[in-house]
Amino acid sequence: MTVTRTLRSGAWRVVELLTTPLAPADYLDTVAPLRNAGVLRARIVAVRPETADSVTLMLRPGRGWRPHEPGQYVRLGVDVDGVRLWRAYSVTCAPGQLSVTVNAVRDGVVSNHLIRNARPGMILHLDNPAGDFTLGLPRPERALFVTAGSGITPVMGMLRSALHELGDVVVVHSAPERDAVVFGAELRGIAADGRIRLIERHTRADGRITPAELAELVPDLFERQAWACGPNEMLDELGVYWAEAGAMELLHVERFRPAVVAAGDGGKVTFARSCSVVDAAGDVPILEAGEAAGVLMPSGCRMGICFGCVLPMTEGAVRDLRDGSITTAVEGDNVLVQTCISAAAGRCLLDV
Amino acid sequence: MTTLQRKSVSPIAHLSVEDIEAIGRELDALRDEFLASRGERDAKYIRRVVSVQRHLELGSRAVLLFSLFPPAWLLGTAGLTVAKILENMEIGHNVLHGQWDWMRDPKIHSTTWEWDNAAPSEHWKRAHNELHHVYTNVVGKDHDLGFTIMRVDEGQRWRPLYLGQPLWNFISACFHEYAFAVYDMELARNLRSRKRRRSPEFKARLKQLLRKIGKQVLKDYGLHPALSALTGSWLTTIAANATANLIRNLWSHSLIMCGHFPKGVETFERTSIDGETRGEWYLRQMLGSANIDGNRLMHIMSGNTSHQIEHHLFPDLPSNRYQEIAPRVRDLFERYGLNYVSGPFLKQVASAWAKVFRLSLPNRGAAKIAADAPRPAAGRKQPATRWQRPGTDSASTDLGPRVRVRAGA
Repeated sequence: MTVTRTLRSGAWRVVELLTTPLAPADYLDTVAPLRNAGVLRARIVAVRPETADSVTLMLRPGRGWRPHEPGQYVRLGVDVDGVRLWRAYSVTCAPGQLSVTVNAVRDGVVSNHLIRNARPGMILHLDNPAGDFTLGLPRPERALFVTAGSGITPVMGMLRSALHELGDVVVVHSAPERDAVVFGAELRGIAADGRIRLIERHTRADGRITPAELAELVPDLFERQAWACGPNEMLDELGVYWAEAGAMELLHVERFRPAVVAAGDGGKVTFARSCSVVDAAGDVPILEAGEAAGVLMPSGCRMGICFGCVLPMTEGAVRDLRDGSITTAVEGDNVLVQTCISAAAGRCLLDV
Repeated sequence: MTTLQRKSVSPIAHLSVEDIEAIGRELDALRDEFLASRGERDAKYIRRVVSVQRHLELGSRAVLLFSLFPPAWLLGTAGLTVAKILENMEIGHNVLHGQWDWMRDPKIHSTTWEWDNAAPSEHWKRAHNELHHVYTNVVGKDHDLGFTIMRVDEGQRWRPLYLGQPLWNFISACFHEYAFAVYDMELARNLRSRKRRRSPEFKARLKQLLRKIGKQVLKDYGLHPALSALTGSWLTTIAANATANLIRNLWSHSLIMCGHFPKGVETFERTSIDGETRGEWYLRQMLGSANIDGNRLMHIMSGNTSHQIEHHLFPDLPSNRYQEIAPRVRDLFERYGLNYVSGPFLKQVASAWAKVFRLSLPNRGAAKIAADAPRPAAGRKQPATRWQRPGTDSASTDLGPRVRVRAGA
């Protein structure tokens, strides 16, 4: 056993030396992109329209994929006009498979690209599942799901995989109108079977649901474990309502959109590893701001051509001093920025 | 040639300070236009080149397993040579310039790429992108001009050692990848003092270099020939790999010579770049580079460094775009009465070699008079503001008029 393992790793070492400076996987990638366990990818196997502006992508993940827990999300790396952009999507199927449902976001580059261009056979990049918006164990006796718009997606993942383990389930879902309800037919079907109580709210006619209205519709809401997902305003209101009732531990919330990055003139730059924070002016390259603060910044030509100063930005916004263009990163991103020609445009967090 | 600052008739005497900054603004606008249009077409291009290169390399290496059979040797050697040239020029050189960083693909990125060359990417990036591209054709600063062992300008004092420089140049062409790797180590500087020799940074770099060379040599002259031994082709495979490396070395060395040595290309005084503005930097790149005329094959095999002028103006523009931007750049040269140096490959190589031979001898005639002229006065030491676009900020106003780039005494 040990001998074969040693032999195998030895043989692999020889193959690696044969392909140096590339890795054997780099050659394999050109023919079998899903075999590379070092770079997680997925192939689209089917594309199914849900509503006028949402599609479900059935994916076959490659080697290295870890099954998700219902309610979790995956980050998909999609090349849009040549640039790899990463977005998080809730997994909408039971573990063992992988599907996500993409809802069009207004001016959303990735969502609209996928809705228009996703075809079976396309390769997407993938991250392993993450997120703590899950049902947990033991499963609750009584559950309430409050969702709006695309907020139904993680909940659908939970219902599809664990509905039989839940007792009394109420789903309160808001959408602009009946036809815009993602998974509408399926939800109505399981409601007709008596497996959930479904309350649909069509906001174009009836307006947004308030916590008080919710309490009227579901009188025992504080006796239930509750999962809420939808626009930030709705989640904020629910948070206040549950907090006032002293029931925060019963409410689980999933937000899709982070706080907006303020792209102004200058800002606080945090150099994560060296633990220093500087107030950088809007016209000073981050490289200089970092150096002035004693941070060991990599540097090169200092004019934006040699890329010797490139650092990953994990959060924030920078302005290209050369043309004023703004580059932003939100939590979870790793956008490489040239510090010698980029100034802070709001607070930013750099991994150095 | 004589540095531009010491020429009796300067090729830029007709340009005013405003003209130079206007050239800078035009080139900035051109850069913006092209960078904004990068997209899927470009991404597809580089992925296709990478894929073709990998298939070609694998295929050629497979054919070389039977290289005892002469046609297989020829085919495999030719394929491997082309694969190595593609890898070094159109892929490696350009990826390491950050031309494809905008795709945010970690597999095709300047910070992660390692190339099929003796010099580790990290060392080469510093020497090439930082020294050569910033200090282009500044005598004494840009070591691509003669690797510090050659006389590349009439202004450099002649020494008997230079008599042998045609030979040095030929040897360095044959072993170009090693010459470059060693030069990237800045040995002359680092071996000079005991302190530098023993610095942990230097030792780490040396170790990195030796490990890289070791792996490269083991691959080409150890493991692949060992595989071929099954068919009795190990010696012929060694010969094939050595030939591919040699041709690749001669080719890349010739391309470098064509880029900055041919007749008509200007060199610059060390002091002329203090406080250089963006416009002046652009102008130096325009005057200090030369293109190679040729067809699409020539451009791809040269990694589009055949568009050396465009590459030096916009080093991080994806290489497949240089061909498109070239007519616009050429038009700018014409409008400002500047000399766009370009010629067929053989002519440019011959012109560069002629210069190597000429400068191996002491100065004669007009060159001697120009070289003996007093050096232009050093300017005030000022931080360069090359990254800053003219007129975008207050900083451009307090730098005062620039005259240093104008014709010297």
